[in-house]
Order: sequence, then structure tokens, then C-alpha cells
Amino acid sequence: MIFDDFDPKENKIFRIIDNEGIIINSELMPAIDDDTTLKAYKAMLFARTADDMAVSYQRQGRMYTYPPNSGQEAISVAAGLIMRDEDWLVPAFREMGAWLAKGVSLKEVFLYYMGNEEGSNFKKANHALPFSVPIGTQLLHAAGIGYAINYLKKDEVVFAFIGDGGTSEGDFAEALNFAAVWKAPVIFTVQNNQYAISVPVRNQTKSINIAIKSYAYGIPGIKVDGNDFFAMFAAYKQAHEYCKAGNGPVLIEALTYRKGAHTTSDDPTKYRSKEEEQEWEKADPLLKMKYFIDKKGIWKENEKQLLEKYKDEVEQQFSEAENFLPYKLDDVFDNMYVDKPDDLKKQKADYEKFLKWKETTK
Amino acid sequence: MSVMTLVQAINNALDIKLAEDKNVIVFGEDVGLEGGVFRVTEGLQKKYGVERVFDSPLAESGIVGTGLGMAIAGLRPVVELQFDGFTYPAFDQIISHVSRMHNRTKGKYKVPMVIRFPYGGGINALEHHSESPEALYAHIPGIKVVIPSTPHDAKGLMISAIESDDPIIFMEPKRIYRAIKQEVADEKFSIPIGKAKVLIEGTDVTVVAYGAMIRECQKALVMTKEAGISVELIDLRTIYPIDKETLTTSIKKTGRIVIVAEAPSSFSVGAEIMAIANEEAFLHLEAPPKRVMGFDTIVPLAKGEHFFMQTPEKIFYEIERTVKF
Repeated sequence: MIFDDFDPKENKIFRIIDNEGIIINSELMPAIDDDTTLKAYKAMLFARTADDMAVSYQRQGRMYTYPPNSGQEAISVAAGLIMRDEDWLVPAFREMGAWLAKGVSLKEVFLYYMGNEEGSNFKKANHALPFSVPIGTQLLHAAGIGYAINYLKKDEVVFAFIGDGGTSEGDFAEALNFAAVWKAPVIFTVQNNQYAISVPVRNQTKSINIAIKSYAYGIPGIKVDGNDFFAMFAAYKQAHEYCKAGNGPVLIEALTYRKGAHTTSDDPTKYRSKEEEQEWEKADPLLKMKYFIDKKGIWKENEKQLLEKYKDEVEQQFSEAENFLPYKLDDVFDNMYVDKPDDLKKQKADYEKFLKWKETTK
Repeated sequence: MSVMTLVQAINNALDIKLAEDKNVIVFGEDVGLEGGVFRVTEGLQKKYGVERVFDSPLAESGIVGTGLGMAIAGLRPVVELQFDGFTYPAFDQIISHVSRMHNRTKGKYKVPMVIRFPYGGGINALEHHSESPEALYAHIPGIKVVIPSTPHDAKGLMISAIESDDPIIFMEPKRIYRAIKQEVADEKFSIPIGKAKVLIEGTDVTVVAYGAMIRECQKALVMTKEAGISVELIDLRTIYPIDKETLTTSIKKTGRIVIVAEAPSSFSVGAEIMAIANEEAFLHLEAPPKRVMGFDTIVPLAKGEHFFMQTPEKIFYEIERTVKF
């Protein structure tokens, strides 16, 4: 198992390709055909395009606060390729590629960030939980889903995500412990993007890495280059097999870098240097992958045209979200309860009376 | 005097107390280097050093629990929780220990801690960023809850909060963090905790509000004036201990009470004020007490938030109905 070869105690990191796209660990290169490689790159490119456009829509005032994913695409896309329809996605809020792979539409993502709960009502995505804003809380849900999978004797695996900052929350410790005790089939991924808003990971934990925390729970852990699609793919493939075989959870630390701001409300120049950003630019997951693809000579498309096509598609989805049904008073009340208390009906009726008064006094 | 926003006024109060008392410690997520996501603690780390103003790991229960430890060991921590909706991991520490330590030890251990956080809606924020949980905290015996509505009050109340030997939940109305600018005295001054303020005297109806809703009430008062209704406007300023005396005196005078707040109305601060009206001024009431508050629902996301928030029109509508009852 790859996990055994990269002991977090020795602070080893699992990589397949370097920043120039050269294979540095051919033994562990996963069996992956050219079509899948291209599919992965395109998925990353699409996610990047959608993300960049989301930031600009927000800047234009057409969407509210948005947390950019840029720089973290390899992790989500690799997970997305391994995740089956029956597997579960328990996201934090920076897993665009995984949502799309699950069948969440961009329209839904945009709707959510336009401030409409309908954006969390995924029409096509099966076993995909909505965005989780309170940090780390979602990991416990993953452990619980894992218990249910075992109890119901289902062949399913949970892909759960959290950031480096979230590992400080008590829920992180509880979730890993519960999942381990229950042998729940959960792949916990920590997207270590170096910052929890402004706080660098070195001030978040004194562990030599995050993967080493797996030791405390008696589960396998590995630190992977999260900007290396092939390494992430190989790690997920093994983790998936390990979980399916009933061995319990694993912890994957995906080392990456949040290229953008924490959210569109944040200004990273306050807490990190241009030099640092430029250094990480060299390890951009799309860049690395493209170098690899170019060296292999398998790229046959016009990238400019492809990008235009992607932009059109994103624009189309955004437009659908923008033209979504207007938000109604009913939307505030309708899903508060399965069995709606009478008093809520009265509160709605009272408000309608006020609206009527407002109309007549205009 | 300097013109200050609410953010600057709180920063100024922290600055004064940090300078005056070396046991005052300020910490929380992003409060150090960055100065907080709303910049309330901006510049303080640079001025007072990383031992006194610092970033904690990302864990709200951790922040409040360690704050309690510091407080009983002789410090005066002022901790920040980043948003209203992120305070709940710390709820256990607040309800199980912060509120109880003094009583549990028969006064041996005091908890002079301030837990401050931005609260309330109206800024088109993400989920968990628009909540008004004051009733949850005011319901805990052993905790005091303070909410300023102006830069001046924010400074004076924060000074009192830091100097208090009781634990204080200090809720900051984020919607008006920068929306209101006001001349505030540069020197130290304090405003007593537990005292409401009559902002405008009137005779027909008492309107009680706090936080960002004071401004909405003031807008509504333009309409009530046109309608010939004389409103007595009270800024509660402290949720608990609630100023029963000011409330009762006013209700007895006007005979009518309207409470304006953002939180869901059932089991709320509004409900408590109605209880006070009934218990203390029942025979003076000329109309049923009225709550102008949120639905008993989750705060809708940005597109639906306008249904939930109290507006000047809605406040006027309810005041007029109460007066005409």
C-alpha cells in the first residue's frame, strides 16, 4: 500500500510528477489511459474557468460572497474520477471539481452564491451533501454516513473534505475517532492550502504535517502533493479500495495552495507575500498536468477554442441561475418543517397582510 | 473628540484597556496579524505584541475554554468569535463553565472575560453569518449580554465589559459596523451595563429596540411623526440584566409597547419584554404588547432575507396598529 511507503512520521510526501510534468516516481504511476488523463485535465480546466468567472461575477455584483477554488483543482477532480454514483460526497466549500463530478450543476453552485437555498437542492447529484459553512462540522456527518453504510451492508464509500484550519476543531478529532472505532468507510481529505483565512498552517498545528494525526486514531494516513493529479488519483484509488474492503477510514493530507482569497471579502496581501504566491505559481496543478500532457504529445485540441466553449457553458449556467424563479415568501417557510406548525402559517398570513397594506399605501 | 465608526470605537476601547491593564489579552481567529475579518482589532498586535493580541487555532470551543482558564488565572481575556453562527461550538463552554464557575466555587473564581462577536443580518451574507442569538445567551443564568447601537455606546459599553468581573457576551451589530459615524470622546469613559437609554421621549407608544434595529426605528419615526404618533424610543443597550425600571416607567406612561428586533420572535427578548409589561404594568396597558421580530424560521439566504428583516415600513405599520387598537 502506498500509505505504508510514505510514513507521515518521516514527513514523506507522495508525488508522481514534478513541476515540469516529468514523472519522478514511475513505479507508483497509476494505470491511467490517455483519454482519462485528458478528461481529468479538461475537468480541471473547466473548474478553473468556472471559478475565475465566479469571482468576476461576484466583482460585478451579480453574486454574493464566494470562496475561490483556484489552485486546488487536482484534488477535487481526482476524487471525482474515483467517486462512483453511489459514493458520498461530504464537502466543505472548496471542492468545485468534486461537485461537478457528482452531477451538481454550475447553475446550482451559482444559485447558492446568489443567496438562494435552491442551490443546495441538487437535482441530479446523488449522495452529495450541500456546502458546509461551520468549519469541520461536516466530518461527523461523514462518519455517521459511514456507520449507516456498514449497518445497511451497502457498497459505498464517503469522500469527506475539510481544510487545514478545520483540523483544529474538536469535530475533526471526534469524526476521525468515531470513524476509526466504527471502521466506517470514509476517506477524510484535508485540503491543506496553507491558510485558514490569514492564519498560516504553522500557527495552526505543531504537528510536522497533518497526515501524522492519523496515528492518533489508529488509521492509515498519507501526505500527498495535492497539486499532482496523478498522485491524488493513485492515493484515492488505494484509499477507495481500502475502505470498500471494510478496513475503516483513511486520512489524506493534500498539500496545495489557495491561489485566490479566502473569499471574495478577503484580501490576502495583508498576510502573505507576492514571492510566496509566485513560488507556488510554479506548482500550479493545471500547469504541471499540461506539461505532462504536452510531453506525451496527446493533446489534439485547440485550447483557445476549448476555453471559449467552456466560458460559453459557464455563462449559460450563470444566466440560468440569474433568471431563476423569483424568491417567494413561501420559500422562507415551506421547508422549515415536514409537518408545519400552525403558528408558522399564521406568521406568513400576517406578513401577507402587511404586504397588502404596503401595496395600498403606496 | 474623533469621528468614529462602531468598528473604530470598539478598537479604541480595546486600545485603551490594553494600554491601561497589562492583564488584558485579546485573541481569536484572525484577530492578530489581520486585525479581524472586520478589522475590529486592527493595529493592536503591532502595538501590544503577539503575547497580548494573537491568532488562535481555528476552534471556538478552544477560544472560549482557554479564555476561561486565563480569566480564572488572573488575566482579562477579550476573545473574538468570528461570526454569530460560529459561536455554537463554544456554547458548551459558555453554558457549562463560563456562566457557572463563580457560583460553583462560591465566588473563589471570577470569570472577567468578554466574548465578542459580530451578529445580525442585512448584509447579504452566507449562511450562518446573519443570526441574532441574543436570547440563547441571555437565557443562560450567569451571563450578561450587551449590544451597542452607536459608536459612542460601543466604546463606553466595551470599557465597562472589560472592567466587569462577570463574563460578558458583547454582540456587535455588523450591519452598522461602518454605516454610522459619530463624534466619540477620545478619553476613557464607560457606560453602565444594565441600563437602557431613552433616546426620544414620547407619550403614545413605547418602542424598544437594540443594535442595528435602532437605526431602522429612527427611520420609522419619520413616518410616525407624519402620522401624529408620539413615540418613546428606548435603546435597551444591555439585554441581560434587562433594565426593568426604564421599561416599566415608559410603558406605564404610554400604555403601549412595541419591541423591534431581528431574531425569531418566539421565546425571544421580545417575549421577555412582553412578560415584563404584563407583570409590571398590566393595568396601564391600552393595547396588546407587540413584537416586530423575525419569523420563527432560519434567516433566509440573501435573496429572501428582505422578507425576514424588519424595515421602517413594517415597524411603522405595527406601531400604527398598536396605537389604533
